[in-house]
Amino acid sequence: MSYELIGISVLWLFLFGYIIIASIDFGAGFFNAYSLLTRKNHIISNIIQRYLSPVWEVTNVFLVFFFVGIVGFFPSTAYYYGTVLLVPASLGIILLAIRGSYYAFTTYGKLKSHFWTYLYGFSGLLIPASLSIVLTISEGGFIDNTSAGLSLDYVALFFSPLTWSIVTLSLTSVLYISAVFLTWYANEAKDEQATALLRKYALIWAFPAIITAGGIIVELRVHNELHFQNMLNVWWMFLLSGILFAATVYLIWKKRNYGVAFLLLIGQFLIAFFAYGISHYPYLLYPYLTIAEGFTNEGMAIALIIAFIAGFCLLLPSLYLLLRLFLFNKNYVQGKIK
Amino acid sequence: MDSVFYSRVLTELTLTFHIIYATIGVGIPLFIFMAQWMGIKKQDEHYILMARRWTRGYIITVAVGVVTGTAIGLQLNLLWPTFMQLAGKAIALPLFMETFAFFFEAIFLGIYLYTWDRFKDQKKHMLLLIPVAIGASCSAVFITMVNSFMNAPQGFEMMNGEFINVQPLVAMFNPAMPTKVAHVLATAYMTAAFILASIGAYRIIKGSNHIYHKKALLLTIKVGLVFAIASAIIGDFSGKYLAAYQPEKLAAMEWHFETEEEASLTLFGVLTNGDEIKYSIEIPYALSILAHGNPTSKVLGLDQFPKEDVPPLYIHYLFNIMVMIGMFVALVALIYIVGNWLRKKFVYKKFFLWTLVTTGPLCMLAIEAGWWLAEVGRQPWVLRGILRTEDAATTSNDVDIMLYLFIGLYLLLGIASVIVLIRMFKANPIERELRDREGGE
Repeated sequence: MSYELIGISVLWLFLFGYIIIASIDFGAGFFNAYSLLTRKNHIISNIIQRYLSPVWEVTNVFLVFFFVGIVGFFPSTAYYYGTVLLVPASLGIILLAIRGSYYAFTTYGKLKSHFWTYLYGFSGLLIPASLSIVLTISEGGFIDNTSAGLSLDYVALFFSPLTWSIVTLSLTSVLYISAVFLTWYANEAKDEQATALLRKYALIWAFPAIITAGGIIVELRVHNELHFQNMLNVWWMFLLSGILFAATVYLIWKKRNYGVAFLLLIGQFLIAFFAYGISHYPYLLYPYLTIAEGFTNEGMAIALIIAFIAGFCLLLPSLYLLLRLFLFNKNYVQGKIK
Repeated sequence: MDSVFYSRVLTELTLTFHIIYATIGVGIPLFIFMAQWMGIKKQDEHYILMARRWTRGYIITVAVGVVTGTAIGLQLNLLWPTFMQLAGKAIALPLFMETFAFFFEAIFLGIYLYTWDRFKDQKKHMLLLIPVAIGASCSAVFITMVNSFMNAPQGFEMMNGEFINVQPLVAMFNPAMPTKVAHVLATAYMTAAFILASIGAYRIIKGSNHIYHKKALLLTIKVGLVFAIASAIIGDFSGKYLAAYQPEKLAAMEWHFETEEEASLTLFGVLTNGDEIKYSIEIPYALSILAHGNPTSKVLGLDQFPKEDVPPLYIHYLFNIMVMIGMFVALVALIYIVGNWLRKKFVYKKFFLWTLVTTGPLCMLAIEAGWWLAEVGRQPWVLRGILRTEDAATTSNDVDIMLYLFIGLYLLLGIASVIVLIRMFKANPIERELRDREGGE
């Protein structure tokens, strides 16, 4: 495999990792705020807090890791995406900053106020929207390349159905992923009330998520013919992903094996995410930048890959320790130990 | 162009704000570790409690450090796309390693925070702090390597405006690296020490006469003095580095206009009409000693450089602020330690405690002044000798609006973090926490 393929595959995997844990995080914040609004917070707030507290910082690192990695492996992305994303990415940063710090302020600083819970919960939904704009732009058609430099065509972006499909997909899948995970987590905690409520949310959000995902494929047919054709070439991956979706929903419906259901859900999104990525190949930004054009020099690529492997030898055991102490520790999950 | 100006202001604003929290983030874990270690070694509950209380405050500063760090990481790409496209080919490695260090720290900090009562053996819990402290310091090391590359780019060849034959390790271990990294680490530990000391001194002034605060003061000030002395020695090496590799920065910060031997050092002073120095103190031979370690050696002056390559001369003031604060704080620390050792009463008198209170904020001011000096002293280059700042900025026209948004954000975060920190400790002074713990056991 060539270095650029290794690079993009690893980064794509990392982006996937971020999407899953950030979804859980954003969704959890939203459900927490929503339950406060509907006065059901006594049911699920504890579960959510116990999960979020030890991992909120790690979630943030995944994002940093992805954007440092992509600029490292593909420095030209800094030029293209950096120039055009100033406004949407800055808004994303501001929302992330407010969210991240207020989480810490309220949890550790005991800044108890409903206002912050709402701010935390609802800002979480705007972040996926502001970040998923990148995916829309990568499909091409929204950037003007003139002698004065690159600029983003906000009007075209705002009125494109593709934009809104991707935004809707990011919102619905955030809520779906999060609800499935929390159902499993609440069940592990032997908290029946919370499990029942979260299971309901999972079932409610499953169908909007799958319908918008399908809708995007249709949108692409109009917007980016090449990408659409490439997607048809990997139709079996999308089919497989669909089957896993059906299996997840079946298990949740039957109130069985929530852990397996969550794993199937990861599989569903992983396959769909990679099928989308593979069909986007070889473009990083259609039609300006391909993977080969944007790639860094060989010396840096080798150094980055070595650093990556070495770093992972440190990280994987540490992440495992974190999960063992909190996520997979029955006594902690059930609130018997702090 | 306007966007160049706004990009510079926004980057400066973000970094200035981030540095406050980042410096605390790098320095404090060392002290939490020391406190817990002493607590276990001496079997003294007070030190363990110190570690706990410092950690609680630390987590608030970490949160702001994390989010503003994410902001500056993204802003580098958003505001300086041309720079990142070019330099990314040479400095991606340390940037990448920085995130690894950060990752490592984040994981173990999470574990440390939530396992206070999990282990029977306190030593096990203390071990968790080692990766936190190492991760925090390593991220400072790696990110400073990136910055030193901007001052002394090497490890590549230029061809048609692109880097070829890049050697990532040569780029990382550039000549500016050793002094920069050492100075950043030493001053971060020093600043953290004096911030903790300021808090302790303030509590004693406010009437808390508990032995806990005296223990905390002695521990932090002792360590602070060691790092203050280290910072001064490394600062001297930095001067020699500048003379050899970045003479225009040294000449500008010392207001050294004409190349000469036996050069004297200009302290203080005001610059009028561009090149007339008033009210300054001249120390004979000192600049030659600072630059080359020899009182008679020749020091290059500003006359040797084309005007468009000379950094702004106001960096002289920043240099003075940094050095004077460093000296003052070291002196205060020395007086405290000697006075405490001789059991002199004056060290706990109000006037001296107030002097101690100023050391923390002063150190932070020195950190800011030092960074402004280092960064403005590199102007007009973003990559010294290769890429000018005005050619590196984004072409987007919306930077001004983003600047106002970020001003709002930093105001919000700054005020909120201070309020939260004050409330946290006001509501739960040490006497109360000790009482609560005794009641609980």
